[in-house]
Amino acid sequence: MDHTLSSDATVATPACTPPRSLRELFWGFSMLSLQGFGGVMAVTQRELIERRRWMPLEAFLEDWAVAQVLPGPNVANLGVIIGDRCFGTRGAMVCLLGLFLFPLVIVGLLALAFTSFQHVPMVQGALNGMGLVVVALIVTTAVKLAVALRSHVGGVWFCVQAGGATFVAIAVLRLPLVWVLLAIGSLSCGWTYRCIVRRVVAERSDA
Amino acid sequence: MTALTASDWLGLWLHFSVLSLLSVGGGISVVPDMHRYLVAEQGWLTQQQFTSSVALAQIAPGPNVLFVALMGWNVGTNAGSVYLGALGAMLCLLGLVLPSSLLTLLTTRWAQRNRTHPGVRALKAGLTPLVVALLASTAWLLLAPSLTGRTALAAGLFVLLAIGVLWRTSLHLLWVMGAGALVGAMGWV
Repeated sequence: MDHTLSSDATVATPACTPPRSLRELFWGFSMLSLQGFGGVMAVTQRELIERRRWMPLEAFLEDWAVAQVLPGPNVANLGVIIGDRCFGTRGAMVCLLGLFLFPLVIVGLLALAFTSFQHVPMVQGALNGMGLVVVALIVTTAVKLAVALRSHVGGVWFCVQAGGATFVAIAVLRLPLVWVLLAIGSLSCGWTYRCIVRRVVAERSDA
Repeated sequence: MTALTASDWLGLWLHFSVLSLLSVGGGISVVPDMHRYLVAEQGWLTQQQFTSSVALAQIAPGPNVLFVALMGWNVGTNAGSVYLGALGAMLCLLGLVLPSSLLTLLTTRWAQRNRTHPGVRALKAGLTPLVVALLASTAWLLLAPSLTGRTALAAGLFVLLAIGVLWRTSLHLLWVMGAGALVGAMGWV
């Protein structure tokens, strides 16, 4: 079975155990949300895939891709996708609740406290330092996901090209995401489609 | 600032609901339009309040998109009370999260039903290299400002060290965060 292609690969690897209850789903998303400083996405991979092993890395990467392409906060979309797959609409709602409930309380308290502390240099320094850890976390996640691309149906060289072009467009040229997704994304999906069809034809002629 | 009418609150919620469906790339991509609406057009927030709403949400744990709750909070407290602040926070957050979540729910169910179709498979697998590149881009854009000034080298080394720890050990992230906060507060990075 090819993990890159199976969207329901949650059952493909015996080492993975999807959440068994709504409660587990709620706490899983609450915990990852509370660890997410400066964004939650990078923590998600560490918490859900490495610690809890809810699904294989390849399936996660695909869910993430969908969550990014659709409008809306990426991590909320990811929660909806994973929650819905586990427990339907209730699962999706529980994931959203887990993501937002506790952080919302904390951000409210911070807002109340903020006015008195915002200009203290040590506070700003601490925020900078935490920002660097966020960078390290994102890099680590990116490398791990890049390794998962080795089994991509389009081939490694294709992934390097599509990824490299995207990086240049976003990080160097600072182009709007929508246009980058439309241009590079459609080329990338077109090529992937070709490779999938080819593989299907090859498998049929083998059989 | 003046009190808000019921239709003002409804307008606030509707505006964020529309933005929800336009926010490809996440909540941060519609920030310019929020600024236009809240600060320039309606005058419900000051420039300072708008900026600190975005910054403060980066500090707090949780999804970045919580900055919209802070905007709503400030709109409400400007209008008179912390209760209105809570109302504003809920309206803005629900407005920005629910419509897109519903769209995601419907889209992924459709994709799940048609998951063996080559087109659906290509759409999902074709975007995965871009996702990795977007992550790398985010890391680069966050790191770049720290690589200037006298602490540039220290910041770079600290990031490498943190990558090593996160890659090699299963140490809980909050400890690494604490270390980052410490070296930052000491002014070393």
